[in-house]
Amino acid sequence: MQNAARIKRRRFNPWADRVFSMIGLAVTALGIVILLALLIDVFMDGFSRLDLDFLTRFPSRHPEKAGIYAAWVGTLWISILTAALAFPIGVAAATYLEEYARKNWLTDLIEINIANLAGVPSIIYGLLGLGIFVRWMDLERSILAGGMTLSLLVLPIIILSSREALRTIPASIREASYALGASKWQTIRNQVLPAAMPGILTGAILALSRALGETAPLITIGALTYVAFLPKNPIGAEFPFFNLDGLMDPFSVLPIQIFNWVSRPQKGFALNAAAAIIVLLAITFCLNAIAVYLRHRSQKKVRW
Amino acid sequence: MDTEKQRKPGLDRVDKEIALKVENLNVYYGEKQALKNINVAIPTHSVTAIIGPSGCGKSTFLRCLNRMNELLPNFRIEGEIIFDGQNIYSKDVDVIDVRQRIGMVFQKPNPFPKSIYENVAYGLRIQGIKKRETLDNIVEGSLKKAAIWEEVKDRLAQPALALSGGQQQRLCIARALAVEPEILLLDEPTSAIDPIATGRIEELLRELEKSYTIVMVTHNMQQAARVSGTTAYFLLGELIEFDATSKIFTNPGDRRTEDYITGRFG
Repeated sequence: MQNAARIKRRRFNPWADRVFSMIGLAVTALGIVILLALLIDVFMDGFSRLDLDFLTRFPSRHPEKAGIYAAWVGTLWISILTAALAFPIGVAAATYLEEYARKNWLTDLIEINIANLAGVPSIIYGLLGLGIFVRWMDLERSILAGGMTLSLLVLPIIILSSREALRTIPASIREASYALGASKWQTIRNQVLPAAMPGILTGAILALSRALGETAPLITIGALTYVAFLPKNPIGAEFPFFNLDGLMDPFSVLPIQIFNWVSRPQKGFALNAAAAIIVLLAITFCLNAIAVYLRHRSQKKVRW
Repeated sequence: MDTEKQRKPGLDRVDKEIALKVENLNVYYGEKQALKNINVAIPTHSVTAIIGPSGCGKSTFLRCLNRMNELLPNFRIEGEIIFDGQNIYSKDVDVIDVRQRIGMVFQKPNPFPKSIYENVAYGLRIQGIKKRETLDNIVEGSLKKAAIWEEVKDRLAQPALALSGGQQQRLCIARALAVEPEILLLDEPTSAIDPIATGRIEELLRELEKSYTIVMVTHNMQQAARVSGTTAYFLLGELIEFDATSKIFTNPGDRRTEDYITGRFG
């Protein structure tokens, strides 16, 4: 009855908890506020300049007559090409490294190298693209060369994130598949890859977003800053109605156009740059939205 | 009498036909020997329980029977396992075929993150069976054999992982039965399941042994006594005794078996 042990008084400082969460909140708010400030400034400057003419005109010496037609079409071409090249190669490489390759010193070396490549400055990739694709393969300053260069840039990121996604699939799923008499490829194709696809797509989204904003490597391989034409339209009037000749045309992209305008003294060009930034953000969001939709669809197929 | 005990335990003591014959099985993981000179003949159409303390090699032995151990690194095997007249480890035997005819259910239920229907149909799809009607029939038949049809027939399209633990395990049994194996291996199938669901699965096994050969590793001696017809006792990688369950649990031949059964050890 007596001698019930007294519940000890708290000896730790409850304020440490609260101070830490307040600091965390403040830092987060700071980041968001700065981003919002930039966005609002850009929108206020550029929104008035956005109209159909702006989107369908080519650059000009006069800021009021200048447009981003070539730039956003170029950005679209480059993004799609980069995704089409880097995604299958990256996922295949990750699948091979994670599922097929034997774990020895060679695969360890490859893994370390890929991680390093993900951190290499993008201009180095530009130089690589210049040497191999533009000069050696004679692709000149084409969309194909630009797309291949950017694919190299994002490939390590896609491989790394895909490997992580594959690793999260528990071994028990693979075992269950093998025990039913499935081959290795059947197991990977029917169980492992579909289950890992949401994670793989997340990594691909991040990689693609990075590619969209790249300027240095594209300038290095020779993307133009003043383009008064579009790459050849893939939809043609004659049979077979679809061609990819446009891949060999010179091009420009939105980041380069923005950079070019921002360097000019006239105020009109600063407004143009703001408007172009809005368009670039819009394209980024759209491509991200497509990828998120794809991820949502694949998530529905995997019913954890 | 002593020379009797010296004989390789298990090879001759069966009344029924033999489903699997294990001869001079030695298993190594790198330098470490996991199984030593195992000789046993598993009888058809019955439940054979494999008991023994932790780390004695029960699961290793079970996984040898359908070549699942090959998935592990540094695995080396000597000896033969004869099934349907052939050594399943010989070079001209297709491991896929072995695993289709010798199925396995694991300790922790591991349904695929797909619908109930797709879980059971998977084993058939990988064999190339695509016709919807065929799949429907086999899926229904397997779920009925696993005594879970009534509970899931209205929600076949729902995720398998939404089922309870006991239901998931019965689903895994249905999934294994769908490919029509001759032998079913179960690795401690009810250790992660509540007692009532365990009872239902044991009932299911008694029903299944009429059409399948069942080999079951279990940590639970009472379960072995309840369900099996023959029992094998493993200790430190060796097969100590293999005999009718009734004999093992009432009058074991080996002192070590008796120690384990009575709880003096393990």
